[in-house]
Amino acid sequence: MIFNASGCLDALTAPDVARALDAFVTKTVTRLPREGNPPVRIAETDVGMLNSIGLPNPGIDRFLDDALPRLLELGPPVWVSVGGFAAEEYADLCARLDATDVAVLELNLSCPNVAAPEDEATAIVTAARAVTGKPLYAKLAPGLPDLPAVAAAAAAAGADGLSLVNTIRGLALDPATLRPRLGTESGGLSGPALRPVALAAVHTAYRVTGLPIVGMGGVETGAHALELVAAGASAVALGTVLFADPGAPGRVRSELAAEAERRGFDGPLAARGAAHGAVASTADAPEEAAGRVGLKV
Amino acid sequence: MSPSRLRVLGVEPVGPYALVRLARGGLDPGIPGQFFMLRPPGLLLPRPMSLCLAPPGELAFLVDPIGPGTRALAELEAGEEVDALGPLGNGFDLEVARPLLVGGGIGIAPLPYLSERLGGPPALLGFRTARHAEAAALVPSAEVVLEPAYVTEALEPGFDVLACGPEPMLRAVRRLAPEAQLSWEAPMACGYGACYGCVVELEGRLARLCVEGPVLGGRVRGQAPAVAGKAAAA
Repeated sequence: MIFNASGCLDALTAPDVARALDAFVTKTVTRLPREGNPPVRIAETDVGMLNSIGLPNPGIDRFLDDALPRLLELGPPVWVSVGGFAAEEYADLCARLDATDVAVLELNLSCPNVAAPEDEATAIVTAARAVTGKPLYAKLAPGLPDLPAVAAAAAAAGADGLSLVNTIRGLALDPATLRPRLGTESGGLSGPALRPVALAAVHTAYRVTGLPIVGMGGVETGAHALELVAAGASAVALGTVLFADPGAPGRVRSELAAEAERRGFDGPLAARGAAHGAVASTADAPEEAAGRVGLKV
Repeated sequence: MSPSRLRVLGVEPVGPYALVRLARGGLDPGIPGQFFMLRPPGLLLPRPMSLCLAPPGELAFLVDPIGPGTRALAELEAGEEVDALGPLGNGFDLEVARPLLVGGGIGIAPLPYLSERLGGPPALLGFRTARHAEAAALVPSAEVVLEPAYVTEALEPGFDVLACGPEPMLRAVRRLAPEAQLSWEAPMACGYGACYGCVVELEGRLARLCVEGPVLGGRVRGQAPAVAGKAAAA
């Protein structure tokens, strides 16, 4: 139940890191190729990392021809993150991926570095649902004015699960010049500062929708992962921690198992929902929704 | 692939810079020009540092303490521990007939190890001040140029140039020696291709410097970037 967050690992450049995951989530794929944003793209702040990568990807044609066959050979189930600027773009991408051996389609409704399509969540999920039988996960930004409402809308439109959360918008200035450090000025904040934000999003979405949730945001240790599970996550994804520690998947997995055992849970997923005062069943874990992953915790 | 925790043997001042000496552990020093991601305690992200010297049992890095990350590295004390991942990236091609090392400022960092591996070839090093130029002592046979003079004014034709330094210096070197091997820098969060943070424009596209560099150019590796990223994140 340890995944990577979309955009935080290139499985083809670092296949050993990808093989240590229970599912690999691709960088967001769009209809046309994207170069991404100009440098400078990253900056560390006191409380986390800012990025403005801008969804560089080869476009769906080259992704299907070149990258996907090699990703599928790695072993872990492949979740493909898809993004676009209109519902029909998402539907087009999902239709083309429907015929592949991809395990899950993650609808990126949340990248803070492109035009925000949050208000189209219902339209996008509905359009995607119409063209594929594959499990659909909606990935949402934590900065939505009403995240529970968007989560509920995605669920009502046919989403099988939620991925929570993407980064939150932030800005860092060069202390000498007082000018923005990133080429695009503001960017997405990840790392420790995102931890309580992610917990709140997972907590509320679990209560509102009951859907399986891939929780992510600032996870560095098994204890952090267990907190997300307690809030309602049924899997945990690693982002910024992978940059400092490519060995994080195996480490966090064993720390999570040890932490759950220390607290008397019968495996990490037994702690799901513990923050709500009642322990939920594990029947709706995303691995089982995907139908392809054995639990490896 | 996990970082190794290396013990700090000591930190020595070299002019305004700091030579951070780590116990090598099981790590391979790699090829000159390759780099390691170093993360001192308390930092979220590691910093990319070219290997400066590889004495037996040690890895040593020359650090310019200009920001929170590099200061944290320069202020390490013997006995503390640092996470290190590497060697990473592509180093210099050592199969050259008439090597000349060219460095500027903190960009001389990979040259001491490169000089050792090439048997002490001539070197041309440029610095802002005499104090900065104290670092030239790390490179045998080095000719030192101080501002307002530039290394490019002393660069003679007929050599296989291997250079590392500030971006304007690298561009000037490339104009005089189009086949020079140039070591570039860019902010990196991961050093192994995951973050897409370190892109530079290379042959009309944005390429990850950690995967395709940091050494570019020469007869083997194609063109140097048209636009390199800014100096590595401090």
